[in-house]
Amino acid sequence: MLSGITGWNRCLHRFAVLTAIATLGLVGMGGLVTSYGVGMAVPDWPNTYGYNMFFFPLSQWVGGIFYEHTHRLAASGVGLLTIMLGLWLYGRNARSFMHWAGLILLLAGGATVVAVPRRWADGLVLGLTGLAFLGASRVWPRCEPSPKWLRRLGLAAFVAVLLQGVLGGLRVVLFQDALGIFHATLAQLFFVLICAIALFTSRWWQTQPARPPSTINYRLSTLFLLTTLLILCQLTLGATMRHQHAGLAIPDFPLAYGKLWPATDAASVAHYNQQRIEVMAANPITVFQIGLQMVHRLLAVAILGAVAFAAWSTGRALGGKNPLSRLALVWLGLILTQLLLGAATIWSNKAADIATAHVLVGALSLALGAILSIISSRALEQVGRAVPSAPGEGAQARTFRTSSAARGALGTARPATTTLKPLPSGGPGFPSP
Amino acid sequence: MVSGLAAALQAAAAADIAGTVTLKGTPPKEKDITPVMEDANCSKLHTTVPTTHFYVVGPKGELADVVVSLQGISGKSTGASAPPVLLDQKGCIYVPSIFAVQTGQKIIVRNSDPVLHNVHAVPAEGSGNPERNEAQLANGPDLTFSFPKPENFLKFTCDVHFKWMFAWVSIFDHPYFAVTGKDGTFKIANVPPGKYKIQAAHRKAGVVTQEIEVKEGEPAKADFTLEIK
Repeated sequence: MLSGITGWNRCLHRFAVLTAIATLGLVGMGGLVTSYGVGMAVPDWPNTYGYNMFFFPLSQWVGGIFYEHTHRLAASGVGLLTIMLGLWLYGRNARSFMHWAGLILLLAGGATVVAVPRRWADGLVLGLTGLAFLGASRVWPRCEPSPKWLRRLGLAAFVAVLLQGVLGGLRVVLFQDALGIFHATLAQLFFVLICAIALFTSRWWQTQPARPPSTINYRLSTLFLLTTLLILCQLTLGATMRHQHAGLAIPDFPLAYGKLWPATDAASVAHYNQQRIEVMAANPITVFQIGLQMVHRLLAVAILGAVAFAAWSTGRALGGKNPLSRLALVWLGLILTQLLLGAATIWSNKAADIATAHVLVGALSLALGAILSIISSRALEQVGRAVPSAPGEGAQARTFRTSSAARGALGTARPATTTLKPLPSGGPGFPSP
Repeated sequence: MVSGLAAALQAAAAADIAGTVTLKGTPPKEKDITPVMEDANCSKLHTTVPTTHFYVVGPKGELADVVVSLQGISGKSTGASAPPVLLDQKGCIYVPSIFAVQTGQKIIVRNSDPVLHNVHAVPAEGSGNPERNEAQLANGPDLTFSFPKPENFLKFTCDVHFKWMFAWVSIFDHPYFAVTGKDGTFKIANVPPGKYKIQAAHRKAGVVTQEIEVKEGEPAKADFTLEIK
């Protein structure tokens, strides 16, 4: 569907946003699973207690099974949304693929029912999926395919969601906590990828070259990127802590066992364990786990500093009303919320709802950092591809302004005002408006 | 016949080791397992809120659930022929919560509850024991577990009742171990004469070891004190 601007597809963008929201929900459900420590409540995979997961009786959705099973169902939903998004990016070209894929799935479903009657439920799911594909191929949008790079991102999202599902399943059947950590980290990266696709399919993104873009300093862009990577490290640390299944390695905050840095000699750790009375997550804590939480705390402070500096630098460079400055302030707000949630996680003895909110805000912080990095990189790309304008080019010319204060703060050597003429948009790496 | 005679002679020479384990210091207060009462099915099986029981201490400090064992003995397991040990699930709680077996000895896991559990054995990483996670329907057939390698406090858990169901089993490569009762006492039977290291291990209070000599046909005594620091 076009909305007055050639190439912009409102429905596709909204669908990408829907997929991103669903992914965030799924990340939250995964957070609940680890907060409650019920990742193994369903001991088999891809079945659920021997049932095809879509036929698992509702009456059995109890205790930890409820959280793990609904997580699996929601993951299937997100997988479906991702497949649809990926296909939509291929536009009308996806029709023939969907037709043939539908036929193959339908046949595979029928063959399963005939060859292995006891697996009728699997056959039925395959067959119904095939029918859905066939039906969808008839009414699939006839829109133009998205640019190749965007289609590739859709394909990457499909591969990632597939890998993510397999990782989650293997973590259950192979009893590997390391896979769980990888599963949690990939979930965050997948969310970033879907958010990026939502950004790339947005009207704002596709029309941006027609507006006077803001000046983006190279150091600012680097700051966004590095801080985002720092957040990714922090989320990986958090995932590692969650998959230790040992509750809180340090039960107090802001101090740690009453000190700025807790004692970690063998006698002290033995004493900590003597005093721990766990109702759940009854594993003894170790020096490694204490160290992990201390690093997590220190990294949180470093991230707060980096994000605050990024927000301040952006405001100084672009002015407070610039959308990027406002986004950077939202980023800072998220990080402050995240710090509070981290503290509340400890004060509440790792209450599942608070710990899960901590995971969710972490995911949002990472995604927003990635979006800021992408937007600022894109503006840099425009600067890089721009050429000085000839006098009298009027409306075609664009002006990039940098305040002298910001230049001082960021160490830029660019002139205060540079008049540039952008290259035609739609080149490698960016969609056509 | 010769080997049977030798075994009989050895049994005649063997002696028991008995003793008491006491706890010095005040343990932390146990907590109510409130999630049991929040579970629609499990709450029906309790009239009062059950509590954790990490420290089961008598009036004079007698400490229960301490695993006392001889150290440095290997390859003496008679687990294959030893009677199985029962681990029951009653009221969504494991009974007993602490026990010990030999390598290869069968552990029968029973579900006496009218609710589904999953029985998840979680060995320590690198212990050589396999991790297993199996569903057990309400009042379903017993499951059998056994472990090939010695390990201290291997955890059993139910992930369905994620917040509170735990049991720990210590596994030995010999039959010379015991778990203290509520009066803090233990008895290790039929120990061949010799000098040994004997260890008392409590999951929370820690581990203490001492030397002991078992003389032919003469009961030996070993008392332990574990300390809350």
